Amino acid sequence: MKTLIFSTAALTLVGILGFGIQGAWSDSDHMKRLSTGVAPVTNPLYQEECGSCHLAYSPGLLPAASWQGIMSGLDDHFGDNAELDSDVLQQLSNYLASNSAEMSAYRRSQAIMGSLRNSRTPPLRITELPYFVHEHREIPKRIIELPEVGSLSQCNACHRYAEQGSFSEEDIWIKGIGHWDD
Amino acid sequence: MNRVLQLILMAIITATPAIAMAKTPDEPSSFSARRGENLWHMQFTVSGQQRSCASCHTADPRQAGKHVRTGKAIQAMAPSVNPDRFTDQSKINKWFKRNCKWTMGRVCTYQEKGDVLEYLKSL
Repeated sequence: MKTLIFSTAALTLVGILGFGIQGAWSDSDHMKRLSTGVAPVTNPLYQEECGSCHLAYSPGLLPAASWQGIMSGLDDHFGDNAELDSDVLQQLSNYLASNSAEMSAYRRSQAIMGSLRNSRTPPLRITELPYFVHEHREIPKRIIELPEVGSLSQCNACHRYAEQGSFSEEDIWIKGIGHWDD
Repeated sequence: MNRVLQLILMAIITATPAIAMAKTPDEPSSFSARRGENLWHMQFTVSGQQRSCASCHTADPRQAGKHVRTGKAIQAMAPSVNPDRFTDQSKINKWFKRNCKWTMGRVCTYQEKGDVLEYLKSL
């Protein structure tokens, strides 16, 4: 009987500890993302409408003015037609405006805004942000031209957890090459 | 009273042909899978680029395709391999509008859309 009570107690303790550790992990995961990433996309409409053709880029990757510029020219969306019904357009514009880089507490969004301090009009392309250009300046052309990569707009070709909003250097994994460290 | 009745009857008789004509033609025989197949492979030059449905969806709509610019995977268009296709009217309209404009530089006609749907359903 004593043994039974003891082992139950021990098991419970292990359980509590295990849970605690797991909790701590997901907490630190969140903290890590806050300090190295951007807010992940949580809007299913955005995911559906924008994510059908390309990675649903986090709204925290561009300032509101850029999103506004993009949303007002969807009939020629970087050479593609991406027109939306007016009610969907309105809903998505609201989502983008309230989650844009200047609204975000995530470090990368703040770094993006910092890099735009001296620009009058922010670019429409994420790849033209001064912060982006700086961060990717050491990537050789041969890597970008790999068939698995193709262009710097394909975040998830190298950033394994881009969809989760993580752009941490240790998570970089280039398809066909492996880990990348510059 | 009789006069009022007569007027109403007159109005109904006059309006009937208009209603019949406004009705959407829906006989399936007016669409052709063969014409749809031709359109699927037809090449258009837009913004100096050769484009066709097959640019993204491949020459065989039973195969998965790939967005020609972003490389993002596109599920097969033929309902025989992808039963989710053509089950949502607003989706059908949205994609026909976008993709006709990109591929042909204009919206598709009612006939063209019907033919392509007929072709895809026939596979």
